[in-house]
Amino acid sequence: MAKVLLEMKNITKTFPGVKALDNVNFQVEEGEIHALVGENGAGKSTLMNVLSGIYPYGTYEGDIIYNGEVCQFQTIKDSEKKGIVIIHQELALVPQMSIGENMFLGNERGKKNAINWNETYKEADKYLKMVGLSESSHVLIKDIGTGKQQLVEIAKALAKNAKLLILDEPTSSLNETDSRALLDLMLEFKKQGMTMIIITHKLNEVVYVADKITVVRDGATIETLDKHTTEIDEARIIKGMVGREITDRFPKRENVAIGDINMEVDNWTVYHPLYTERKVVDNVSLNVRKGEVVGIYGLMGAGRTELAMSIFGRSYGSEIQGTLRIGGKEVTLKNPREAINAKIAYVTEDRKGNGLVLSNPIRVNTSLANLSGVSSRGIIDMDKEYQVAVEYKEKLKTKTPSVEQNVGNLSGGNQQKVLLAKWMFTDPDVLILDEPTRGIDVGAKYEIYCIINDLVSMGKSVIMISSELPEVIGMSDRIYIMNEGKFMGEMKASEATQENIMACIIQSGKGE
Amino acid sequence: MKGIKLTDVLKKYTMVIALILVLIFFYITTGGKILYAQNINNLISQNAYVFVLAAGMLLCILTGGNIDLACGSVVCFAGGLGAVMLDRDMNVWFAVIAMLVCGTIIGIWQGFWIAYFKVPPFIATLSGMYAFRGLSNVLLQGYTVGIRNTTFLNVFGGGADCYIPDFMGSANFNTTCMVIGIGIAAIYVIVVLRNRISAKANGYEVEALPSVIVKSVIICAVVIWLFYKLANYKGIPTSLIWIALVLLVYSYITTKTTMGRYLYAVGGNEKATVLSGIDSRKVYFFAYINMGLMAGLGGILTVARATQAQPTFGQGYEMDAIAACFIGGASAYGGEGNIFGVIIGAVLMGVINQGMSIMGTDANYQKVVKGLVLLFAIIFDVMSNKKKK
Repeated sequence: MAKVLLEMKNITKTFPGVKALDNVNFQVEEGEIHALVGENGAGKSTLMNVLSGIYPYGTYEGDIIYNGEVCQFQTIKDSEKKGIVIIHQELALVPQMSIGENMFLGNERGKKNAINWNETYKEADKYLKMVGLSESSHVLIKDIGTGKQQLVEIAKALAKNAKLLILDEPTSSLNETDSRALLDLMLEFKKQGMTMIIITHKLNEVVYVADKITVVRDGATIETLDKHTTEIDEARIIKGMVGREITDRFPKRENVAIGDINMEVDNWTVYHPLYTERKVVDNVSLNVRKGEVVGIYGLMGAGRTELAMSIFGRSYGSEIQGTLRIGGKEVTLKNPREAINAKIAYVTEDRKGNGLVLSNPIRVNTSLANLSGVSSRGIIDMDKEYQVAVEYKEKLKTKTPSVEQNVGNLSGGNQQKVLLAKWMFTDPDVLILDEPTRGIDVGAKYEIYCIINDLVSMGKSVIMISSELPEVIGMSDRIYIMNEGKFMGEMKASEATQENIMACIIQSGKGE
Repeated sequence: MKGIKLTDVLKKYTMVIALILVLIFFYITTGGKILYAQNINNLISQNAYVFVLAAGMLLCILTGGNIDLACGSVVCFAGGLGAVMLDRDMNVWFAVIAMLVCGTIIGIWQGFWIAYFKVPPFIATLSGMYAFRGLSNVLLQGYTVGIRNTTFLNVFGGGADCYIPDFMGSANFNTTCMVIGIGIAAIYVIVVLRNRISAKANGYEVEALPSVIVKSVIICAVVIWLFYKLANYKGIPTSLIWIALVLLVYSYITTKTTMGRYLYAVGGNEKATVLSGIDSRKVYFFAYINMGLMAGLGGILTVARATQAQPTFGQGYEMDAIAACFIGGASAYGGEGNIFGVIIGAVLMGVINQGMSIMGTDANYQKVVKGLVLLFAIIFDVMSNKKKK
């Protein structure tokens, strides 16, 4: 029996209003590759952030025992000193700097006020060799591809004398060949005695590299599977990941007649704004009828948001091909204003970044997308604006003392309601809701679902993008399944189960 | 209503309180001279350009902490253009319009690059700062050009007769001025009452009555006192009318119009604003065109006050305007700030300048003090924002 390198005991972490981790126990043995799997928001990243000191000691409950001693990390630096190094999903490299400079950023060779560049580049080359990257360490990061950048990140971690390496979705931006090469590199490191934790959505990768698999669900560790004692296949893992009942967490929608096609998208292809040859959305077709809720399920990075934003007045992408028909008529929407005029609304997944002006009151945010509705000849009718804000506040049951409250002071659920109010005030026929319940508590979720039901009962069409399977199945009439920019399948909600949707995605992964 | 907390009031009116403290300080150190009628009159006419430029600057700052470094040079160029035209005996109104148009065109030029080519405002206007300083020198050929046109001087606050004439003459007291002052206070009270009644009738929230009364009494007292002081001197300086006009118009733009709303929205969250169907480029363009127009007016007021144009005029004016905005509570990140704050900021700067001049403080130390005041205002802004989180 190998020695236990890391033990996390009874970890509980709460954010305002949400319990992100609930009494989690997690053990890693020396020299193994341990996979952490679970749906989005299950708590995997939170757990790793607790481990690496991003959430400092004292902001969570429970103990971290590493190498036999209890650790109380205050910062990332503390955990790195012990040899725990985390590589985040978003690459943390400075594009304008060379590989060598990046590798030793914050960990410079030489003296504090005299960096030894010769040593820096010599060492950098050494680590590059270890990860099998044949580039000079003088090359700039922006001049190499993402696959190689990922290797640089690993080399950077090695340079910090990593003993426990945590890889958060390391292959999410890599193609098939690069992914395989990376996984093989991990196996190589394992032979040399390195311990690794990998967080990934791609179950085929898990089966390929992991010795043990811990499943996280709703902020708790469900089970740990050992490859050496039990037979592990993807179906077994999925069972652990989704094995929960859909109860009445979703309000019933009664007698909503589904009418004609409201919006139709054909052969829609969108190219990445920077890497203009890369397809982010690949030949997608979809339609939505009046009174219908259409779910688009996909994991993060599947191209869902990009699809929605490209439809919404080309607010994403460099080049867009395909046709868009609204009410049977073909239209081109050049900017968000034209999309709003065509009665489309896009409710963003990123309400703080793309949705709301946090420093402004609810009243101002509510009218922002339709200011002409409360003004004439460029002069705002303050009374009318106030009435509109109050009306939506009451309709959506937004909890706030007054509509003059700054949106930044509201809870996530109430912010989401203000965002919905803003778009409902533009009187759209088609609402695209991108992760409408992300990061809000169960009660507020239920209220958002009720609002969605009200909208379709008024004959509007709703497209709901979500990475929460139960939500997609519970709320939609019809579901599209999206993976890596493509639609992998379409099913009626009545036929959909969590297992067959996941299977549909895995199928596509294997199809490559 | 007991809902008003003292700390909230202090926070909201910190700069007003600071202004009062500074006034008291100078009142004591200058033996009361700072509040002499003549000094108050000078405070207004000497700082007219600060109010006007700061109003324009506020729009730029609202869009995201963007500033216009060129407006000092534009003041000089537009002012110089007018002085040269008047020197050649052209029609005075033609010259005035030419100066305003000149400022506006420069605003269009700079705003175009900033809005549609994404040239960082700092750089676009730094370029303008050099270019128009140079062009001012070319225009004036390095010389001072005097202005003799009395209509121009009287209307825009220069020379000896730039006051609203007294129609109800009495020897040492300008009755017209006093009557206007009381009139303004009365109009203010009527407007406040009318808004309150109509708001109540519609069932809207209204401010607590005691706080409204206190506020109104203070504002009326200040207005009447100010006009009383001016009446004891020569009356209302014409530059005050231009200041008041600009402040009223921009106060209206920033609070009541859709474009004003967009300025705040772009500065608060540009991405969200663009996704709300608003063309942020037009908003930047609007802000810089207005800044240009205000620089044109600033040029008019500056050359009128000096009764001449010199190639060195307007140096550092942009910094005074920026400082007034920031001291007045505009956020260096955009999205926050208002005209009332600009007034307080500009007056505070003016009082400090004037107070130190009366005390005979060395001009170099005056700059040191101004710099420190600006720094502390921003530190306060940053600290109070932190506490909000």
